[in-house]
Amino acid sequence: MKELKYVITDPEGIHARPAGLLVKKANEFASAVKIGKGEKSADAKRIFGVMGLGVKKGEEIFMTTEGEDEDAAIAGLEAFLKENL
Amino acid sequence: MITIKGKSVFGGVSIGKISFYKRNEQVIKRLHIEATEEEVQRFQSARATAIEELKGLYNKAMEDVGEANAAIFEIHQMMLDDLDYIESIENIIRTQEVNAEFAVATTADNFAQMFASMDDAYMQGRAADVKDVSERILNILSGNCNAGMVADEPVIIAADDLVPSETVQLDKSKVLGFATMYGSSNSHTSILARTMNIPAVIGLGNELSEQFDGKDAIIDGFTGTIYIEPDEETMTAMKKKQEEDLAQKALLDQLRGKENITTSGQKVNVYANIGNVADVGLVLKNDGGGIGLFRSEFLYLESETFPTEEEQFTAYKQVAENMAGKKVIIRTLDIGADKQVDYFNLDKEENPALGYRAIRICLTQPEIFKTQLRALYRASAFGNISIMFPMIISVDEVKKVKAICAEVMEELTAAGIPFNKDTELGIMIETPAAAIVSRDLAKEVDFFSVGTNDLTQYTLAIDRQNLKLDPFCDTHHPAVLALIKMSAENAHAEGKWIGICGELGADLELTEQFLAMGIDELSVSPGMILPLRKKIRES
Repeated sequence: MKELKYVITDPEGIHARPAGLLVKKANEFASAVKIGKGEKSADAKRIFGVMGLGVKKGEEIFMTTEGEDEDAAIAGLEAFLKENL
Repeated sequence: MITIKGKSVFGGVSIGKISFYKRNEQVIKRLHIEATEEEVQRFQSARATAIEELKGLYNKAMEDVGEANAAIFEIHQMMLDDLDYIESIENIIRTQEVNAEFAVATTADNFAQMFASMDDAYMQGRAADVKDVSERILNILSGNCNAGMVADEPVIIAADDLVPSETVQLDKSKVLGFATMYGSSNSHTSILARTMNIPAVIGLGNELSEQFDGKDAIIDGFTGTIYIEPDEETMTAMKKKQEEDLAQKALLDQLRGKENITTSGQKVNVYANIGNVADVGLVLKNDGGGIGLFRSEFLYLESETFPTEEEQFTAYKQVAENMAGKKVIIRTLDIGADKQVDYFNLDKEENPALGYRAIRICLTQPEIFKTQLRALYRASAFGNISIMFPMIISVDEVKKVKAICAEVMEELTAAGIPFNKDTELGIMIETPAAAIVSRDLAKEVDFFSVGTNDLTQYTLAIDRQNLKLDPFCDTHHPAVLALIKMSAENAHAEGKWIGICGELGADLELTEQFLAMGIDELSVSPGMILPLRKKIRES
């Protein structure tokens, strides 16, 4: 399993649009992808779960990937977060 | 004539007949189903059809309102692909042995409830998206087509509320304006109305009823008012307002997105002065580059007691977020003189303009000041906020203010609350004293903003509220202009920037002089942004 931590800098936080893009990105990989904030976590391939976390600017999230392409997945997601959130 | 007040979403005036949006009301019955697997299949095929429809809507919205606004229909597709959503519906069908309609409606309620209970207005608004996608499936399941609107002439669309897909499906050439009973300014309908430049008023409540269908009406999107069966006087006034607005919009079309740059290549920022959160819409509409003066007094004037840190934080954050990264300069409280508030318990003064006001209150009662500073710093994590202090006369005051800011930042750090530690701090130059010692002041702050109203009053010793003195008041007095020039030179000598946020900033007769002084920013009322841009581009 691979893990990353990231502090959201987008002023709007993970609102609907970036949540949609994140879900799209997570679905590109075969690995199981989780996203979480504090004690809450959700399947990053499901938009309701991601939006339900209500992540705002300045909050730290973690993401984990587990599966055959977990290395590529964590790298891809990290790049996505830096570019979009 | 009936007048109903709501919330303004997009300025503009529209005049026409009201057409009440009619949709097929779905009455969802719970039915017992034996063949649950067939029912699951029925749901799955309706879901597939819904996704196809959404793809079509996405393409239509791309053409009408652009990618950023079309994205919602892609998100709707993802919602229909969400396994939590699908599993919930299938589970309900299988375990409760019920019809697909009932399972979809129940799931929609549960998911909408989840959003509605979140502590964030934006996310609460997303409950409507869940209902919208679910309604789409229900319509397909029941074989309903969307009724929508049938009109031969352009009309004002009235409704309880409109979901995004309904707004986009409307024939734009037939829509003069929107008037809804409910809805929030964060809803997609509001956002789309703004993007499509259609006057809209929301939150009109139950007074807007279906009995007005077909009646003449006027929407005043600026004040958030709808007039039903308007009288002649209102009609004349509104027609005039509409003409002025259209002239302004024509100017906007010409100047929108253009730089504030002179023919010789000098650039100047044109920002807006606002006095309330609601004014932000006007700033964006007029293409303001930022907010040069956000007067925080409204929070104090509209309140019966000291506004809490949370109330202030919410207001500052909202403005910062809506301006999306553009500069927002918030001035700390400027109470006293002509702005009195009971609960401050200020003594009656012989000469309030020269009295206990603004920063003098803040430095005497630091607990009031610190509450505001904490709210401002917390909001700084959500956008590009700068803080500005009024009525400064000495370097010593600035040092005291900065010490209090440092205390607030330490407390926030200790509490683990995020904020922007590099928040720019600036001062108003509105006393002759500040202008004269501006070289020393410039060493202490990040920027100056000249408050020309007070600077004129204090320099000329003229009470600006005494109309009798008008013949003596030369608003272009060389002494005032000399103080501004001096402040600009001193700011630049220390590598700092200087703006003007008083009324003179919008005085087009002075624009060229200000440009010659090298003024970096002019902050004016939202309606003056474009005329000023025009003047700058011609200079």
